[in-house]
Amino acid sequence: MDLDDTDLEFRREVRTWLHDNLPGPLSSMDTAGGFEQHREWERTLAKARLSAVSWPEEHGGRNASLTQWLVFEEEYWAAGAPGRVAQNGIFLLAPTLYAHGTEEQQNRLLPRMARAEDIWAQAWSEPEAGSDLAAIRSRGVRTDGGWLLTGQKTWSSRAAFADKGFGLFRTDPEAERHRGLTYFLFDLRAPGVTVRPIPQLDGEAGFAEIFLDEVFVPDADVLGEPGAGWRVAMSTAGNERGLSLRSPGRFCAAADRLLKLWREVGDPADTALRNKVLDAWMGAQAYRLHVFGSLDRPIGAEASVTKLFWSQLDLSLHETALELLGPNAELAGQPGSWLDGYLFALAGPIYAGTNEIQRNVVAERLLGLPR
Amino acid sequence: MKFTLSDEQRQFAQALRDALKQSTAWETLLALGVHEVETAPDLVVAFLELGRAAVPGPVVESFAVLREPKATLAWPPHVPYIVDEAEDTYAIVDGVRHRAIPEEPRKSVDPTRRLHTFRLGEAIDQIDAEAFNRGVLACSAQLIGLGRTLLERTRDYALQRKQFGKTIGSFQAVKHQLADVHVALELAEPLVFGAAVTLNTRDVSAAKIAAGTAAYQAMRTALQVHGAIGYTSELDLSRWMLKVRALVTAWGTEAYHRERLMAALCP
Ligand SMILES: Cc1cc2nc3c(=O)[nH]c(=O)nc-3n(C[C@H](O)[C@H](O)[C@H](O)COP(=O)(O)OP(=O)(O)OC[C@H]3O[C@@H](n4cnc5c(N)ncnc54)[C@H](O)[C@@H]3O)c2cc1C
Repeated sequence: MDLDDTDLEFRREVRTWLHDNLPGPLSSMDTAGGFEQHREWERTLAKARLSAVSWPEEHGGRNASLTQWLVFEEEYWAAGAPGRVAQNGIFLLAPTLYAHGTEEQQNRLLPRMARAEDIWAQAWSEPEAGSDLAAIRSRGVRTDGGWLLTGQKTWSSRAAFADKGFGLFRTDPEAERHRGLTYFLFDLRAPGVTVRPIPQLDGEAGFAEIFLDEVFVPDADVLGEPGAGWRVAMSTAGNERGLSLRSPGRFCAAADRLLKLWREVGDPADTALRNKVLDAWMGAQAYRLHVFGSLDRPIGAEASVTKLFWSQLDLSLHETALELLGPNAELAGQPGSWLDGYLFALAGPIYAGTNEIQRNVVAERLLGLPR
Repeated sequence: MKFTLSDEQRQFAQALRDALKQSTAWETLLALGVHEVETAPDLVVAFLELGRAAVPGPVVESFAVLREPKATLAWPPHVPYIVDEAEDTYAIVDGVRHRAIPEEPRKSVDPTRRLHTFRLGEAIDQIDAEAFNRGVLACSAQLIGLGRTLLERTRDYALQRKQFGKTIGSFQAVKHQLADVHVALELAEPLVFGAAVTLNTRDVSAAKIAAGTAAYQAMRTALQVHGAIGYTSELDLSRWMLKVRALVTAWGTEAYHRERLMAALCP
């Protein structure tokens, strides 16, 4: 990697800081207690201005380059640091705020986000609008000084514990599907909001449904132009599929741990399993090289290529680890374990746009095949 | 590892691509200076194009391994026969370069690749330590190039061929196969460029495994999507498909490279 002295100095600083400040294992962030433990960790990160290193200093970041951000991620995951409970805000909403938000919105929202004072939930999916996101029915109606939101969102990660939500609402029922949508930011504790937790595969309340009944949102909390929500949302989607949510650092760290596990318990005669270990290492390496090679290109439909790749890599990497653990693989209840990672990886081909939809995007937008 | 092509590399690639569309003759390669390529990244740039055009002849052996305008070799056990023909033919045994006298011709699955058994002649010199890895690397780049053309041509065919009143490229079962090939090639290529920067055994072996797998997937998909016309030698698609088949096991099988990779990762 072409790292200059500043990058290397930054790497050393992050490594030392993590070494000195890393908390012990935290409870699952999909529980009320674990969520607060993770929020506390986000605050610790923020104090060292490490919660969002690539942001400008006035918003709580360090103005770090993309390369440095990747270095941060490599160190973060290699150290075995906790999952990021603030990720929906920091990695999905923030890039959208930088692209489409007003200065007032950026200055008001980003510093609070960096300090985990507001933890954001993504409120996109609806019962009748999953892959077909433009089919949403929740609506926003004009009122004095703002809008009244009514409808139902679902599968919103950790909305049961989060503070705020961002999502699309239909504001012009007459307009064509993709036109009449507006992107709103709202308070999950505002009058008219009801949040119902939904237990995930492992029984914890990772998901929630959000019911909105004439929830007031001021004009200041419209992101982008009213009616232009689809375009604004698509910039978030690029970030979700592309590198900002899934930096190569975490896969490289997992692949290294997998190699270590192989050294400890692998049977050299089992070449089939050995090959899966090697594939995981190669996959992480390929993804890392790909990311470093494409930093200067804008995120577009290419994000679907990486989304397909990392979601499959993550899953097979964890499947391989479980195979290596043998009958012990079923032991549950340890946050940060291979099993824990596996259960999370199982969702990879579904969220951020299912892999079937991503294949359509690749075929239609990158290869030029007809709809 | 950061790797982005320089302007010169991009121009070289484009010049090669344009010229090879007209002719894949050896003279074309020499005219463009492929034999003068020095660094491993430049080698990759060149071999991606040689692969795209399915250029015949001992390109890996001459340009990547021996670094001569036209020569060829055998390097048992991974390259057991002399590949194609040239005035100077060698065999590498235990790191020593010998002259080799071609004997019986052997038929390759790739009809443009002619193989020969050989008799060992006099020893000449020690081959340099990186020669084998350069061969593997060039072969890997060639595989990616072959895969790219297979994908492009298959995409074009899917846009044109109609069944059930629609172009077959509008069927998801077809689209998804092509999307998977695209992803495989996109993520194999960085390993090849990465290996060019380090030229170490670990990275070179990983590159060969990934490039071989991706190219083979491109070949299988190309055949399936073309249907019976793809199974003919009248359609020249077979030039690309059969070369992939030959190169997947040339310069070290997948099993061999996996051994090397594991040995490097878990010494
Ligand atoms: C762990 C997890 C966390 C999530 N977090 C959030 C969150 O925080 N906020 C939020 O808003 N949402 C979240 N989601 C929801 C996620 O975005 C949706 O699940 C996803 O968009 C798919 O929608 P769906 O589940 O309704 O499936 P559907 O759209 O009903 O799809 C069902 C199946 O049909 C296939 N399918 C549908 N259409 C097509 C087509 N045109 N071609 C081929 N196949 C097709 C799909 O690929 C899938 O296999 C989360 C999901 C998971 C699993």
